[in-house]
Amino acid sequence: MAKTLAAALLLAAIGLVPTYARAADPPLPNKPEPWPFTGIFGTYNEAALQRGFQVYEQVCSACHNLSHLHYADLAGIGYDEAQIKAFAARSEVTTVNNKGKMFKRPARPSDLFVGPFPNEAAAKAAFGGRAPPDLSTIVKARAGGPDLVYGILTGFTKAPKGFPMPPGTFYNKYFPGHRILMPPPLHPGAVHYADGTKATVPQMAHDVASFLTWASHPNLDERHRMGFKVILFLIVAAAVFYAAKRKIWSRIH
Amino acid sequence: MAKAQGAGGNRIVQWIDYRLPFVKLINHELYEYPTPRNLSYWWNFGSLAGVMLVIMIVTGIFLAMQYTPSTTGAFNSVERIMREVNYGWLIRYIHMNGASFFFITVYIHIFRGLYYGSYKYPREFLWMLGLVILLLMMATAFMGYVLPWGQMSYWAATVITNLFSAIPFIGHGIVTWLWGGFAVGNPTLHRFFALHYLLPFVILGVVVLHLYALHTHGSNNPLGIDAKGPQDTIPFHPYYTVKDLFGLMVFLIIFTFVVFYAPNFLANPDNYIPANPLHTPAEITPDWYFLPFYAILRAVPNKLLGVTLFFSSVVVLFFLPWLDTSPVRSGRFRPIFKWLFWLWVIDVFVLGWVGDHPPEGIVIPIDRFATLYYFVYFLILLPVVGKLERPRPLPESIAAAVLHAAAPRRETETERA
Repeated sequence: MAKTLAAALLLAAIGLVPTYARAADPPLPNKPEPWPFTGIFGTYNEAALQRGFQVYEQVCSACHNLSHLHYADLAGIGYDEAQIKAFAARSEVTTVNNKGKMFKRPARPSDLFVGPFPNEAAAKAAFGGRAPPDLSTIVKARAGGPDLVYGILTGFTKAPKGFPMPPGTFYNKYFPGHRILMPPPLHPGAVHYADGTKATVPQMAHDVASFLTWASHPNLDERHRMGFKVILFLIVAAAVFYAAKRKIWSRIH
Repeated sequence: MAKAQGAGGNRIVQWIDYRLPFVKLINHELYEYPTPRNLSYWWNFGSLAGVMLVIMIVTGIFLAMQYTPSTTGAFNSVERIMREVNYGWLIRYIHMNGASFFFITVYIHIFRGLYYGSYKYPREFLWMLGLVILLLMMATAFMGYVLPWGQMSYWAATVITNLFSAIPFIGHGIVTWLWGGFAVGNPTLHRFFALHYLLPFVILGVVVLHLYALHTHGSNNPLGIDAKGPQDTIPFHPYYTVKDLFGLMVFLIIFTFVVFYAPNFLANPDNYIPANPLHTPAEITPDWYFLPFYAILRAVPNKLLGVTLFFSSVVVLFFLPWLDTSPVRSGRFRPIFKWLFWLWVIDVFVLGWVGDHPPEGIVIPIDRFATLYYFVYFLILLPVVGKLERPRPLPESIAAAVLHAAAPRRETETERA
């Protein structure tokens, strides 16, 4: 009795605490994307991550950065050293030599991603005061996570009649407040996928949302694998201790 | 050759024990320590809280080795821990969720004490030391929440430190003094880090006192009556060590499930946005374990009164041993108290729900009513019910109740009478 109660209260304590993932405002699509990385056995789909990186590089990176990632981190989505070197070399970093002179050199795998703007102030100035958000934490920094990213990328429609739209804003079904400053970024065929996948808007949105989830949670695969082993171990340990407890307590019952 | 009494055969242990009887102390406090034989699983949560404290200190020390306590470096250093430090993501998720699970264990531990009257004679000081631990935990958790320097960190720090400005005349001076400047900034973050590192060791010290007080009179038990002799007690080891270990494994299954599969479930997503003093989030909410107190803070439209209620909600617990006038400890034998107690537990959950919702519409009257009941329970109901209530007959002894549950019970007056 007491055991059941204790277990119930503990579960209730966990179940009743607010999730904060109140992705309700506005509500996300009823049928969320079937992400392969959710659930206990969830893992990333490497092909989708690579396609998503292509979308990021060819579309998103015109305005957004991934400031917490190094080019070398791309090994985590299956690129080899030569490919990563090539990706990095497409950007330039400004640095200082030992005579104090600033100079530019091609980025190396050990460099952080180079953004479209030299600094925050430049980004703000280019967009009338609000810099486009950094994308390296976007999936964990928004209620709804990948569903919200997917929803916004596919949620551009005409504003309903009578909904006031100030100039420079775009109507989006899933963006809080519905007025977003970002113009619809994806158009059919905007990217030529290296693996030949047809670049429809939902396909690109799915891929880039997957890639950005990886950018927020690069250790997800390892975390899921390790968690399974740890919990399996703990279940066995709990069974052993339960048996030991029964045996020891049988002396006084 | 000096011979220590009670120590094992090892000569080195004997030599040390004669000079510093540490092994003897452990032996006495663990192996021989007589514990009521009828403790339920609700009594597991004290040791679970102790384990959580150790987990928090150990993970915290490793995080501190990689963390940068500056407004420009804090957010990036936490991301760096999560991405580049070996198993940094694991250590940080354990620490971050560990705070929540520490509070879960401590809250259940407190609820248990409230129901079974563990705060009553002769354990009043034990109870108060526990409340000191709770207050220290709250301060530590709040300052830890500020360290990642995300949006919620910054704005929670601003809101909570601003509470002190409600103090008449000197309030604003105190806030400036707390900040080390005229806004939450680099000096604030530095001192919060220093104190966040210090306070857990203060907690550890108070935990030692808490255990010392506990071992002076021993554990309370579900019947709330004193152990009268050896037939009522069993040695702590191996009976309760093995029971605690089993409970710990079950608890760790739940804890690790959250750490590995829902590590951000209890967190506010806004805290993954770097702090921005120029942009206030739509809603500033504390972590879940502060929500009932947050609801009490917002229950009245007057800042000073709200802050007073907020602090009173914990301070009132210090007076509980004298507010509860009933001589019977365990709620099991108190027919009226039992209902009021569970209503109070529901009330706390309601306050938690209120604290998570913006104060508008129906939320406001619910908040006021729940806050009213929170205080009425302690200040009016407990003193009055203790006098009016007719408790059910207490069992003769723990052994009688446990071993011969079916045997007839003799009407006895309470332990203290």
